[in-house]
Amino acid sequence: MGTKPRTPHDAPKRGEELDRDPLLLPVALDQTTHDAEEAHWTPLKIGIWGGISLLGGLSWVMLAVVRGETVNAIWFVFAAVCTYLIGYRFYSNYIQKHLLHPDDRRATPAEYKADGKDYAATDRRVLFGHHFAAIAGAGPLVGPVLAAQMGYLPGTIWIIVGVVFAGAVQDYMVLFFSMRRGGRSLGQMARDELGKVGGTAALFATLAIMVIIVAILALVVVNALADSPWGVFSVSMTIPIALFMGVYLRFFRPGQVTEISIIGFILLLAAIIGGGMIADTEWGSTFFAVEPLPLAIGIIVYGFVAAILPVWLLLAPRDYLSTFMKIGTIGMLALAIIIVRPEISAPATSEFVNGGGPVVSGTLFPFLFVTIACGALSGFHALIASGTTPKLIEKERQTRFIGYGGMLMESFVAIMALVAALSIDRGIYFAMNSSPALTGGTVEGAVTFVNSLGLTGVNLTPEMLTETAKNVGEETIVSRTGGAPTLSVGLANIMQQVAGGSGMMAFWYHFAIMFEALFILTAVDAGTRVARFMLQDSLGNFFPKFKNTSWRLGAWVTTGIMVAAWGAVLVMGVTDPLGGINTLFPLFGIANQLLAAIALAVCLAIVAKRGLFKYIWVVALPLTFAAVVTIFASFLKIFSTVPAVGYFAQNRAFSKALDEGLTSFGTAKTVEAMEAVVRNTMVQGILSILFVVLAIVVMVTAVQATVRSYKSRDFGTNEDRAVPSQIFAPSGFVATPEEKKLATRWDAQIAQAKLDKAGKTTRR
Amino acid sequence: MSLLASLRQGAKGFAWFMRGVMGEDAYDKYKAHHEALREAHDESVHDPDAAACDRQVMMTEREFWRDQTDRQDINPQGRCC
Repeated sequence: MGTKPRTPHDAPKRGEELDRDPLLLPVALDQTTHDAEEAHWTPLKIGIWGGISLLGGLSWVMLAVVRGETVNAIWFVFAAVCTYLIGYRFYSNYIQKHLLHPDDRRATPAEYKADGKDYAATDRRVLFGHHFAAIAGAGPLVGPVLAAQMGYLPGTIWIIVGVVFAGAVQDYMVLFFSMRRGGRSLGQMARDELGKVGGTAALFATLAIMVIIVAILALVVVNALADSPWGVFSVSMTIPIALFMGVYLRFFRPGQVTEISIIGFILLLAAIIGGGMIADTEWGSTFFAVEPLPLAIGIIVYGFVAAILPVWLLLAPRDYLSTFMKIGTIGMLALAIIIVRPEISAPATSEFVNGGGPVVSGTLFPFLFVTIACGALSGFHALIASGTTPKLIEKERQTRFIGYGGMLMESFVAIMALVAALSIDRGIYFAMNSSPALTGGTVEGAVTFVNSLGLTGVNLTPEMLTETAKNVGEETIVSRTGGAPTLSVGLANIMQQVAGGSGMMAFWYHFAIMFEALFILTAVDAGTRVARFMLQDSLGNFFPKFKNTSWRLGAWVTTGIMVAAWGAVLVMGVTDPLGGINTLFPLFGIANQLLAAIALAVCLAIVAKRGLFKYIWVVALPLTFAAVVTIFASFLKIFSTVPAVGYFAQNRAFSKALDEGLTSFGTAKTVEAMEAVVRNTMVQGILSILFVVLAIVVMVTAVQATVRSYKSRDFGTNEDRAVPSQIFAPSGFVATPEEKKLATRWDAQIAQAKLDKAGKTTRR
Repeated sequence: MSLLASLRQGAKGFAWFMRGVMGEDAYDKYKAHHEALREAHDESVHDPDAAACDRQVMMTEREFWRDQTDRQDINPQGRCC
């Protein structure tokens, strides 16, 4: 009552509301201190960065210029790590300084919305681990393996350069903008920034893309487990193990997460070892040898049941297991690659850069860039970066370390997957990754096919294939497409040199298969749940009852619809006479990159609204690239007259053959198979059109919003109101000297407050 | 001695990190949040935030973990590919 009403004159100036009582400890270093620290180049610092640049440069020369017989894997590691360090130190800093302007005086949602549950300030290093575990999955492990067809260099360049200029930029920006909006999702931001049309298109695109991504991940699992009694047994054992863990955590020892994860991990190892024994028995090898189609149906049924079971019973415990395995295995692989340093004998660029390859059809441009999606630029991350992570960030400046840094880490995983795939014999690589339509699924067929490719340095013998299959404990490794088995062979090959020798190869192979299957099953289950909620939300606009997400029947119906959608694509892939994954994988990559284009388009509109036209190229560059690549790839998939590339060209070729009364055409040996091709190519073609149209709508609306901002100079904002922060924390992995000084003062103050409190209670 | 001490510190740090990444410290964070609010409430009874919190009873550890997974049921989060 005592305060007089505010007039426009004494309304606080921008930023003034954040001014802090000078008697209190500051919650942020001021910009001049940051700038001074950055500009302060000691000889040691110069030496270190000089060393990093030299080592990085040398590694790139070793990879790209020096063409020996072989190249050592360690150069991949150095080229990647040095480039990441430089990109992080300089480019992400540039983005921070000119585009995002984080302000540590502002409280983050974790502070001003704190509830101790969803919104809770989390230590930056722990949150980095969380965020990394949420973004890294099977994607960066699979894409690079398939792209190895083009030789090692194109994939390596795209993974490393792509992440610095595209993938990490997207993750960092989406995380920052979502944090400034109280943790709003990408869909909500699209609606806010692009209006109703763009927002709706973004929502539908996200939903459609989720369906295709879940379907293709499931297809990877089917291809890895089909006719593999060992794999089927050990992976299906993860279900009872997870159920046990869930019950244990719910009823016996709630909260003992690490304890039960260790127990679960030991059970998992037992399941892998047990799988080997069971696959050796007569009954085991027949009972668990499941063909692709029944396996796909099994996964569909599993997907439905898993998505309607309560989270505590299956999803949450398996998530713990998956996180545990992820961090452990990736660390182990990095260490093993550094210890073993395998020699890579694949050429820098292969015979297939101009098309005609059996693994990925089409030319290097644009198809390499849609094959390697995760690891270089992954739109899916935008959903994570606008999900849990922004609600847990402690200080604004930490978004750089978590968003940009987290994605660099994922890129490193992709590089390791590429190295593992390249370390196996090229002949074996092509035998494993060419579709059964080409190899006939037999050892002899595979040998004839691979040797007929006329690859330099490749001379495949039947013994090589049977020997490898025996080592990894499989009946056959011919045409085990989808990337996961190839990666597992590579990983087993590297790991057995560190631990166990060739006798342990089968264990390592199935360990790797298990590790990938675990991620994928979690992604399938969680993806179905998220998609179901999105569908319920959309349907709720027409049938209000669907808005109520605890309505059982509605939940089941919408879950059923989503499962049916990805299940149909999965069955289509499994039964496809043209070889399934190799025709469908481009759709996965295109979908993921289109989602990235959508996320970047939203970022573009936001940057424009901030009036930062001078620096807008930072967003426009990756957006343009992603748009060109995906639209061009979609265009080829839709309009190409080469049947191996264009879905409709293939469709026309098979329709014509059917009209002419042929009973066998190309790799389709029966009329039913030919009809399946006609049907599948039509569905794939329509999906391509749908994705590209939705993405174009989003991009056009984003450009319109940008132009509008430019013309009107009306720089409003959809950000939450600034609230002054009351806490301090350093921003990077290691605190800078100035940050350390301030942190020490805070620690002392907190300790003093505790003492005071204790004193007060004793006096009472 | 100093090597042993730094090893111990390293192991401690690693355990702390893993505990955080696995999410095992969720209840500790929740409890700390509530205690801080309660303290603020004790100091100034007029703070509406703190008053609101006082009406809200802090969950026990068992209740908290149940609530955590049950909240995920109605608010699912995607995992990446």
